[in-house]
Amino acid sequence: MTARGPALGRPPALLLVPAALAVAFLALPLVALLARTPWPDLPAQLTDPAILDALRLSLVTSLAAVVVVVAVGIPLAWLLARVDFPGRALLRALVIVPLVLPPVVAGVALLSGLGRSGLVGRLLDDAFGISLPFTTAGVVVAHSFVALPFFVLSVEGALRATSQEYDVVAATLGASRWTVFRRVTLPLAGPGVLAGLVLAWARALGEFGATITFAGNYPGTTRTMPNAIYTALQVDPDAAVVLSVILLLVSVAVIALLRERWFDQAVQGAERR
Amino acid sequence: MRPRARASLAALAALLLLVAGCGSGSGQADNGAETGTLTVLAASSLTEVFTELKKQFEADHPGVTVKLAFDSSATLAEQVNQGAPADVLATADQRTMRSVADSDGTDGAPRTFATNRLAMVVPAGNPAHLTSFAGLDKPGVSYVVCVPTAPCGALARTQLRAHHITARPRSEEVDVKAVLSKVELDEADAGLVYVTDAVAASDRVKRIDIPSSKATLNTYPIAALSGAAKPGLARAWVDLVLSERGRQVLAAAGFGKP
Repeated sequence: MTARGPALGRPPALLLVPAALAVAFLALPLVALLARTPWPDLPAQLTDPAILDALRLSLVTSLAAVVVVVAVGIPLAWLLARVDFPGRALLRALVIVPLVLPPVVAGVALLSGLGRSGLVGRLLDDAFGISLPFTTAGVVVAHSFVALPFFVLSVEGALRATSQEYDVVAATLGASRWTVFRRVTLPLAGPGVLAGLVLAWARALGEFGATITFAGNYPGTTRTMPNAIYTALQVDPDAAVVLSVILLLVSVAVIALLRERWFDQAVQGAERR
Repeated sequence: MRPRARASLAALAALLLLVAGCGSGSGQADNGAETGTLTVLAASSLTEVFTELKKQFEADHPGVTVKLAFDSSATLAEQVNQGAPADVLATADQRTMRSVADSDGTDGAPRTFATNRLAMVVPAGNPAHLTSFAGLDKPGVSYVVCVPTAPCGALARTQLRAHHITARPRSEEVDVKAVLSKVELDEADAGLVYVTDAVAASDRVKRIDIPSSKATLNTYPIAALSGAAKPGLARAWVDLVLSERGRQVLAAAGFGKP
């Protein structure tokens, strides 16, 4: 890749300047947040049981959402990428809708569908006495709803990028379609799956609008970190800043860890192939 | 991306630019009276009253558009303190207004223009068959309140304590309209809101009065802001709210006199 540099000449300023602007635009608010952080308060906040509750809840619900998203997202992405059926374009559009929906609207939509008196929620309530709003399960539902499109799109993209010829070869060698999916298709899309996983998790961890609208805001059961940040902002903006920084540090730490552990392996695995 | 998709994206972007360009016009009329946009920040419980008064004000002041922004009092006060461009602030309690006045954010001392008290609302169908405030303590009843740091949440906490209700709420919403919508949507069996919210939503929720709620009133202060771009209009808005006409609209919405 380095050999291409001199042959192509210097990168044009017309591209470099806007790119630098983009970096500044993304970095400035984060730097300002860090500059505003009352760092001496950080240890005290980190041992505050209310904060620990919110942090624990956020980690549990976002990870649970990732499990849900992977369980149903991989099959859906495979369906979109590998099976030709009428209405596929329409289905893909449907998958993208939650992506453009304002999270608050997603919350209202979830209430209309799965709320206590919602379309399906009413049946759940009548039959099993299950009501999702105001429960931790409701938080996971909200997280999964907003994170699923990120994961499906990422995995579908990865599946499309890997040639279907490998699938065909495996099939001619006698592998069933399930075996092909398990032994050939999925491993080839590995890096895309991992990237989608991280994207979906990050989206779930930061999810606020749909959560507070659908699941509410109560310490211990539904007050996730973003909810806690918004609640703190009502009285003590400094506390909100500290909470934001904690959330930021946690997500950066996890993503760094994932890079170390998984990404490298996945990339090496792909290169070996 | 296919060409057609690219074209529709470009069209969308152009539309967004158009929309963003609108509504920013302002200026000074020839006769010296201020025209343009007056920005009023108000506690969410004032939504109906201020929307009504906006019509009156715009009729009285041709060439003026009133822009109303409703949110929790604490959020609005914080926005003003952070330098958000606004002309008038009306909050649902004294504490949040004081945080602005103390940093010289108000043009003169804030004036109290209304009072409000707590009420309980239940969904139109009253799924938990509640008839009194004390009913919240029945097992299995799910009710929601404002977060205790919001004025409506502080009132709720006081009343719950006074009535020895020990059942915990299912959720602490950040503002009173969120509590109301949880009840309207039938997700909660009851909610603690302001009397005025119960009046505003009287066709969708049933109101159950809380005995002794008159003993704990919230007072609403209003002030023109020192950073106002339209100081004359800002004062005129405050005067309208304090006027006889303002009182009528406030009383019709369920607010009490200061």
